[in-house]
Amino acid sequence: MSGFFVWLAGLPPLAQVPVVIAVFGVVVGLIVFFIEVAPRAGRGYSIMRLAVAVLVPVAVIGVLGVQAAAAWVLILGAVLGGGMFLLDLRARKGNGSLLQLAAFLSPALLLLVIGLVYPALRTIVNAFLSNDGTQFVGLQNFAWVFSGGSTGFIAFVNTIVWVVIAPVVTTVLGLAYAVFVDRSRAEKVLKVFIFMPVAISLVGASIIFKFFFAYQQGKQIGLLNQIVEWFGGQPVSFLQHYPLNMLLLIVVLIWTQTGFAMVLLSAAIKGIPVDQVEAAQLDGANAWQQFRNVTVPGIRPTIIVVWITISITSLKVYDIIATTTAGQNHTTVLGYEMVKQIEILPPQSGHSAALALLIFVLVTPFIIYNARNLRKQREQ
Amino acid sequence: MATIASPSATTARRHRSEGGTLRRTRIRLSSPWATLAAIVLAVLWTIPSFGLLVSSFRPPDAITTSGWWTAFANPQFTLANYVNTLKFTDTLTVWQSFVNSLTITIPATLFPITLALMAAYAFAWIDFRGKDLLFICVFAMQVVPLQMALVPLLRLYSNGLNLFGVQVFPGLNLNSLSSSFAEVWISHTIFALPLAVFILHNSVSAIPRDVIEAAKVDGAGHGHTFLRLVLPLAMPAIASFAIFQFLWVWNDLLVATIFAPGSNAPITKLLTDLSGTYGQQWYLLSAGTFLAIIVPLVVFFALQRFFVRGLLAGATKG
Repeated sequence: MSGFFVWLAGLPPLAQVPVVIAVFGVVVGLIVFFIEVAPRAGRGYSIMRLAVAVLVPVAVIGVLGVQAAAAWVLILGAVLGGGMFLLDLRARKGNGSLLQLAAFLSPALLLLVIGLVYPALRTIVNAFLSNDGTQFVGLQNFAWVFSGGSTGFIAFVNTIVWVVIAPVVTTVLGLAYAVFVDRSRAEKVLKVFIFMPVAISLVGASIIFKFFFAYQQGKQIGLLNQIVEWFGGQPVSFLQHYPLNMLLLIVVLIWTQTGFAMVLLSAAIKGIPVDQVEAAQLDGANAWQQFRNVTVPGIRPTIIVVWITISITSLKVYDIIATTTAGQNHTTVLGYEMVKQIEILPPQSGHSAALALLIFVLVTPFIIYNARNLRKQREQ
Repeated sequence: MATIASPSATTARRHRSEGGTLRRTRIRLSSPWATLAAIVLAVLWTIPSFGLLVSSFRPPDAITTSGWWTAFANPQFTLANYVNTLKFTDTLTVWQSFVNSLTITIPATLFPITLALMAAYAFAWIDFRGKDLLFICVFAMQVVPLQMALVPLLRLYSNGLNLFGVQVFPGLNLNSLSSSFAEVWISHTIFALPLAVFILHNSVSAIPRDVIEAAKVDGAGHGHTFLRLVLPLAMPAIASFAIFQFLWVWNDLLVATIFAPGSNAPITKLLTDLSGTYGQQWYLLSAGTFLAIIVPLVVFFALQRFFVRGLLAGATKG
């Protein structure tokens, strides 16, 4: 496989696309063909099943590349494949059913185990190892994160600020906008303006705002500083002063996420039963009372989903920091610092892993709460 | 309102829409302020990107010596920034990074959808012991932030895997080859799988049982059912997820920073580097940004309906 990828890398980039897709297509085609013919009866098909069960694991291991000293891995693969075949012979649902199942599931499951389960477990282990990964150091990496003054601690504190501010402001703005444009004649057009930033990368959004916040000697080219000047103030180098710089970077996230919040909340508002709105109107409720007593209770589950989703996004912010300040001037966050710690020399893999684990720990309660919220919604 | 007498569904609907019109006029009369507030917000929302867009068409000197809002008093617009930016060389040219973005994104969209659809089919239409538990495990993997997987996965690619002192997997040996996209393709594929399996399972399992049973009665095997029946019927969900995944990968910076930092870097990665190195070269950054944004915007306007659906489905990814 390595050889194939090396050869592929020699082609011009766009030429690599059809080649790799064709190879992938052939492999998937073979798998689906095998799935189709696997359960057929007859000696020929039995032999084919045996051959596939034994040879495919061997071939996969061989293709990944295995050293002579580890030839036992190949034998292990063959034995496992043979075992699969025997199990399949005795499968309740007939010959081939088990092999079919394996063919459908194993590509995705193998990739997940190799690329997500193993690395995540590895990161948990690394969080308790020294920065070069050689010795067990207990909680030292976490002590580093929580010792005042380390970049890890700055990142932690800033991340908390992000999670507190960004989701609330975004949800409120998104809700306000959804209510404002609801049933207005220009609803569709007005929505596009807010929604468009959702499609843009955070990198693009960051540069757009970096220009908006720009500061220089003499004539200002950044609109924000020009506005400051118009009101008689002194231009500020916005991205150098903490905590102002962090707050302005949070604005970038709010700018990109409000459209997302608005679309979800707007859909929920349209789902509120008409009679509830009419009843409120008959009772003489004014617009604010209607909003508080009918709209908000009616869309509460959606508000929670939006708020949680943006909280999770805020916890993982990387792009905005990388593009604007590179973590300078006290602006670093967990998602950024985690990458930074392995990019510096020598790489601080223990610190990085501890920060990654911290993100995981912070994200988990949100996801559990969200899952519960969704289940409750479905039960209703 | 004379039709209300007949209680059919259509008249009920018409009744409701008439009620809606009535209410709409009432509300619209009472809320010109709301519309005004919305317009103000919409303008505020657009000004930052509009400013950079205008700047991208101004001569480099003009951008750095006068505000873009003065450009209309003394119009001087040019396409030169775009031409020069495409040719601009850092570690690679901006044009090359644009091509890299396409090279990364197309396979990284196609692969996870294909593999996830196969898994989703098995979870939906093949009964086996431990199915629910396995599905929950895959579903739960959405919880794992990318950040948890990045570093060990990178080491796995470059150093391989040792088990009990024996090198079981020697790695991909692509360290010295910064023109290879294998690592970034595989990584994006893996990171997309949990969500893709979940979303496609929702749609595949919603196919009526009769349809699948009928195919089985006609003698179709699982392979045939998968290709001829499930694939076309799941197309709307596939399209929504494909758009979501395409934009996610196109806009991604984190995965690219780790797995494609060299001459295989996509435009997001190159822009971030340029922003650090040439932070004051606004002709370059403005044109570069809009070159990077143009693809998502085209997708956004061309496929808005699918886009919203895909976006809502994939909201928690990452």
